[in-house]
Amino acid sequence: MATTTHIADRTPGPKRAPASSHGPLVIRRRRSARGRRSATLTVLTGLVLVYTLLPLVWLAINATKTQEGLLDSFGLWFADDFALFDNIGATFAYNDGIFARWLLNTLLYVIAGAGGATMLATLGGYGLAKFDFPGKKAVFAVVIGAVAVPGTALAVPTFLMFSNLGLTDTPWAVIIPTLVSPFGLYLMWTFATDAVPREILEAARVDGAGEFRTFFGISLPLLAPGIVTVLLFNVVGTWNNYFLPLIMLKDPDWYPLTIGLKAWNQQAATTGGEAVFNLVITGSLLTIVPLIAAFLLLQRYWQSGLAAGSVKE
Amino acid sequence: MVSVGHTHAQALGRPPTSKRRSWIGWQFVGPFMAVFALIFLAPIGYSIYLSLFRTQLIGGTAFVGADNYLKVLQDPQFWSSFGRVAIFLVVQVPVMLFLALLLALAIDSGRLYGTAFFRISVFLPYAVPAVVATLMWGFMYGTQFGLVGNINEAFGLSLPDPLSPDLILASIGNIVTWEFVGYNMLILYSALRVVNPSLYEAAEIDGAGQLRIIWSVKIPALRGALVIATIFSIIGSFQLFNEPSILKTLDPNLVTTYFTPNLYAYSLSFSGQQFNYSATVAIVMGVITMIIAYVVQLRGMRKAV
Repeated sequence: MATTTHIADRTPGPKRAPASSHGPLVIRRRRSARGRRSATLTVLTGLVLVYTLLPLVWLAINATKTQEGLLDSFGLWFADDFALFDNIGATFAYNDGIFARWLLNTLLYVIAGAGGATMLATLGGYGLAKFDFPGKKAVFAVVIGAVAVPGTALAVPTFLMFSNLGLTDTPWAVIIPTLVSPFGLYLMWTFATDAVPREILEAARVDGAGEFRTFFGISLPLLAPGIVTVLLFNVVGTWNNYFLPLIMLKDPDWYPLTIGLKAWNQQAATTGGEAVFNLVITGSLLTIVPLIAAFLLLQRYWQSGLAAGSVKE
Repeated sequence: MVSVGHTHAQALGRPPTSKRRSWIGWQFVGPFMAVFALIFLAPIGYSIYLSLFRTQLIGGTAFVGADNYLKVLQDPQFWSSFGRVAIFLVVQVPVMLFLALLLALAIDSGRLYGTAFFRISVFLPYAVPAVVATLMWGFMYGTQFGLVGNINEAFGLSLPDPLSPDLILASIGNIVTWEFVGYNMLILYSALRVVNPSLYEAAEIDGAGQLRIIWSVKIPALRGALVIATIFSIIGSFQLFNEPSILKTLDPNLVTTYFTPNLYAYSLSFSGQQFNYSATVAIVMGVITMIIAYVVQLRGMRKAV
C-alpha cells in the first residue's frame, strides 16, 4: 500500500519515490525541482479558496446576528451585538425543542442507514474482490448499471411500494433505501483487490481457518482505511439527504435536519408564518459542524482510502 | 478488476482451482444483493409497470401500453425542462471540471504554501448539505438584505439580481459548482497520486518542463478519473432537483414546477397525483441519462487507446 504513505506524508521533497530505488543524486535533484514553492501559484489557487470558504465564513458570521442584525448589518461583518449563544439556545428551544428531535432523527438515520450500508458494501466488495462464484459477472453488470440509474427515477415507485407496505412516515422509509450504496461497493471492491494479498488468504485457508474467521481476523484490519472512506461518504450522503426524506416523511417528528431547516425557511414565505431566519442560519451552522469536524479529524484515513481506491489505468 | 486475481494466480503457477470457484462468495455478496434487489430492481420493475397504465377520473386504472411514452415525447413541459438541464450541463460541468483540474494540478505540484490546508479546505463544501448550501447562497444572493444588496449599497453599484429569471440558472450553476468542485478535485488528485513517479523523472531527464509534464504525462494519466468525474457530473446535472426546489421556496414564481425533469416528475406525482405519467417521465429521463453516460464512457475510453 505505497499510496497510503504518500498521502500521509506532508513533508516536502521526494514524496513519491521510495529512497531505496534511486541514487542520492536523483533525490536531491527532485527535491530541488519539486520543493520550490511558488507564491504566485499559491495566490492564484487562493482565489479559489476564497470562493469555497466565503459562504462558510458568511454562515459563521451571520449565525452571530439577531433577526434585526441580519437585515441591518453588512453580510461579511459582525453586527453590534453578538448573539451566537442566544441563537443556539433559541434554535434548540423553538417549537418545543423540535431541532433536537431532528438532530436525533438524523443520527438514527446515519447510524442505521450509513452504518448498515458500509457493512453491506464492505462484505460485498470483499466478496467480489476475493472470490469467484457463479453469477459474479451478472452482479457486476447489474450493480454498475444501477449506478447510472437516476436515484429519482426510483423515487416514485419506491414511495408507492413503501406506501403499500405501510412504511412511509416511519424511519424505515429513510433507513432501508439508504442501506444500498453501489458507489460504496465499487470503492470497497477496488480497495479490497489491492489491500488484502491473496497469499495471506491462501495461508489462512491452509491453516484451516473458515472464510468468515479469515475475514474478521485478517482482512478486516487491512480494509480499515477503505471502510473509513466508504463510511464517511455514506455518512455525508445520509446526513445531507434531502430528496428521500422529502417524499417519504410528512410527520415533522421524523424529519431529519435538512427537511426541518427547509421547513423553517419556508415558514417565512407562507402567509401568517413567522420568519425565523436567524434560526435557519444558526441551525444550518449546527448541521454542518459535525460533518466538517468528522472530515477534518479523519482526513488521514479517508484520503488514503480514496487514493488507494482511485481509478487506475 | 476481476482479472487481477486471475492473472495473479496464473503467474504463481497455481491451478485454476485455487480461485475457489464456489458459492461461498455469495455469503459475502448476498446481503448486499438482497437489499439491492428490494431497493433498486423492484422499483425499476414497478416503475416500468406503472408507466404502462393510466389512472382516469372515470373508470379507474387502464392499461394504455406505450401511450404515456408517446405523451412524454410530445410534452413541451418535459422538453423545456430537458433543454434547461442540457444547457446547464454544457456550461456548468466543463467550468467545474476545469476548475477542479487546475486545483488538483496546483495542489499536486507541491509548489503551494500550505498544501494540506488547500486540499481539505477546497473539499469542505462537499460536506455541506444541498439544503444548507442553497439557503446560504440564497441569502447571499439577495439584492435587498443579502450580500449582493450590501455590496450594492456599500459601493454604490447595481449588480444584477442573481434571483431574477434571466440569471437563476447561472445562480444554480454557481451553487452546484461550489458544492462539487472540491469533490472532483479530490477524485483527480487521488488519481494523480498513483501515477508512477518514474514517469516524471523520465520526462525531466528528457528535458520536459513542468507544463509539458502536465500536458504529456499528468493529463493522460487522469483520463480515467476525468471520464468518471464527467459521468457523475452528467448524472448529477440531469437529476438536478435539490437546489431549484429549495430556491422555489424563496420565490415560487422563480422556479416553475417543470424547471428540471426531476422537479417535473416530483410535481406530477406529489402535487398532481399523476403517478403513472410521473413514472414514465422518470424512466425516459433515466434512459436518456444512461445513453449519454455510456456514450461519454465509450468516447473517453476510446481516446485512451
